Amino acid sequence: MKFHLWRTKEMTTQKEDGNVKSKSKTRLGGMLWAAVIALALVAVSSPGVSTASTSLTGAGSTWVYPLVAKWSAEYKKLTGTEVNYQSIGSGGGIAQIKKGTVAFGASDMPLKPEDLKAAGLIQFPTAVAGADLAYNIPGIKAGQLILSGPLVADIYLAKVKKWNDPAIAKLNPHLKLPDMAITCVHRSDGSGTTFTFTDYLSKVSPEWKEKVGENTSVAWPTGVGGKGNEGVASYVQRIPGAIGYVEYAYILETHLADARMINRDGKIVRPSLKGFQDASAHVDWTKAQDFYVILTDHTGPDTWPISGCTWQILRKNAPKETNLEVMKFFDWGFEHGQEMARSISFGPLPPSTVAAIKAYWKSELGYGL
Amino acid sequence: MNGSDAAVRTEMGPVSEEPKSVGGSWRLSGDFLFHKAAVLGAFLAAAALFATVIAITYDSWTAIQTFGVWRFLKSSEWNPVTQSFGAFPFIVGTLVSSAIAMVLGVPISFGIAVFIAEIAPAWIKRPVAGAIELLAAIPSIVYGLWGLLVFAPVFAEAEPWINDKIGAIPGIGLLFQGPPMGIGMLTAGIVLAIMVLPYISSIMRDVFMVVPSSLRESAYAMGATTWEVAWYIILPYTRSAVIGGIFLGLGRALGETMAVTFVIGNSNVLSASLLMPGATIPSVLANEFTEATTQLYLSSLIYLGLILIAVTLAVRFLAVLLIRHLGRHEGVST
Repeated sequence: MKFHLWRTKEMTTQKEDGNVKSKSKTRLGGMLWAAVIALALVAVSSPGVSTASTSLTGAGSTWVYPLVAKWSAEYKKLTGTEVNYQSIGSGGGIAQIKKGTVAFGASDMPLKPEDLKAAGLIQFPTAVAGADLAYNIPGIKAGQLILSGPLVADIYLAKVKKWNDPAIAKLNPHLKLPDMAITCVHRSDGSGTTFTFTDYLSKVSPEWKEKVGENTSVAWPTGVGGKGNEGVASYVQRIPGAIGYVEYAYILETHLADARMINRDGKIVRPSLKGFQDASAHVDWTKAQDFYVILTDHTGPDTWPISGCTWQILRKNAPKETNLEVMKFFDWGFEHGQEMARSISFGPLPPSTVAAIKAYWKSELGYGL
Repeated sequence: MNGSDAAVRTEMGPVSEEPKSVGGSWRLSGDFLFHKAAVLGAFLAAAALFATVIAITYDSWTAIQTFGVWRFLKSSEWNPVTQSFGAFPFIVGTLVSSAIAMVLGVPISFGIAVFIAEIAPAWIKRPVAGAIELLAAIPSIVYGLWGLLVFAPVFAEAEPWINDKIGAIPGIGLLFQGPPMGIGMLTAGIVLAIMVLPYISSIMRDVFMVVPSSLRESAYAMGATTWEVAWYIILPYTRSAVIGGIFLGLGRALGETMAVTFVIGNSNVLSASLLMPGATIPSVLANEFTEATTQLYLSSLIYLGLILIAVTLAVRFLAVLLIRHLGRHEGVST
């Protein structure tokens, strides 16, 4: 109990914002109150940053988790700084950074500039990735099926119900499509992959935008929901006639058959890291306010149309040392973590984007690297 | 405190008259502590329930205010984009999947219990009973994985047959039509049935074993078959305990989360067929809690949790009513 009491005082004096009230309570109240508050404080405030040993805590997107985990393991070996990332989901990440319980939050859906301003936050992109369509049609191999955005929207709207529908046959005259019902598979849990996918469908299909819209989870008109990428992948593998969207890494891992897509330039493309990076290369990150750019349906001959990105979110009024530690970590990742990113199917950001991020830090926070 | 001391002392009266009254004072304080601990334990359990209900109601207040009670219960729309939420498909999904589990699980449990208590020779009783009870020790996520990876593909093979044969029957055929996916409401119900087996069958077996052998033997002596003894002698004698066991299993089925999430197909669209995907209250909570980004969304999910508690309490209430009703009936007939 003594330890907790002492710890409380240290922490309350350390924390400049927010905890002033509990400090006075600690002095006034008895031992019991001190212990209760101390426990609460330890539980609430420890994830931020502690000055004794440098460790950072972040939380959010499950999509970016493999990348942050890989970077942080290497970063710890080099600098001794421990980055502790909890993949609680983008929504959770945004909530935690708003409360100030973590040093950085990660989200697959960017916050709108006005929302950032209102909450005193800044955001910057981390890496690009893509969602792909996987299918299970007997007799049709990986990469053979060609789909277009509006057609995918019609399939997920249950307007196209069979694989031998004329709309599919028109794009695939060389394939022998079976008379088989289409089962649409989607994510049952809220997900940045879902946001990327539904955002793309909203852009290419006015009907989708009106009836369903884009979000981390939506009201699906049809189909079955699998939990996580592995859930969707396993449903697609198991249900004949199924189609589902999964992250690129899962296509490589599960050897599911992936569809080619017709992109905005009218070219037929297969998902690849280059396709995702091309999507981000055709975006002028320097012009976009708070990097509020969504990478779906961009121009470019090799651009993969369902490309996505993850964002890191920081608090403007967090202690300078904390933000600097976070910035150092991601700057190191942008520069030295590119190979690691590629090895797990994330596309690193191009140098021009990294330069734009550094300029953004300086202009928004008043300090930078 | 004095009052309760006195109460303890009077209750201890006959015991302390026995020769071993040397440790009387020690025993008194021990009893006193035990009495207080028991009261505290009971009080804490009740307080925890009330605190949970109050906290959940508090957290779901935003949704209660926005959608009200009736509108939330009967609305089928669950749309995070437009922030419009309704619980109807999930309530139906919860009740239907649990009902399937009961329809399949209760007769099988009865069979298992009768087999162990009446039919099986002594040497086989123990291993069979042990195996059934081991089913209860398997974590629910393992049932989910088994359901998804092992059972669903096999069941998908059987579904075209179900679709053609049972689906062709007018009326109930509507319940058995759909693409052969292997996952859906019926699969969830079957997996749940396996999960509730050990609970129901072990309670049935325990109470079947304590039926006085005089009753049993007299029935056999009068020429009754095993089935007649089980149905007309054992079951009526143990009826209230059997119903208690069934409702314990039902309570487990209603609240089961992970196993159901894996195999039910997680569709928020309500469909008539049991072969189609659906969702239950626990499964939608498990799926959507992490990414519930807005206050209203989160609040609606917690509201669903409150409804689940209400449904479970209603089921419990029904069980008590049923047992009481049957008890009264028995009192009249004898």
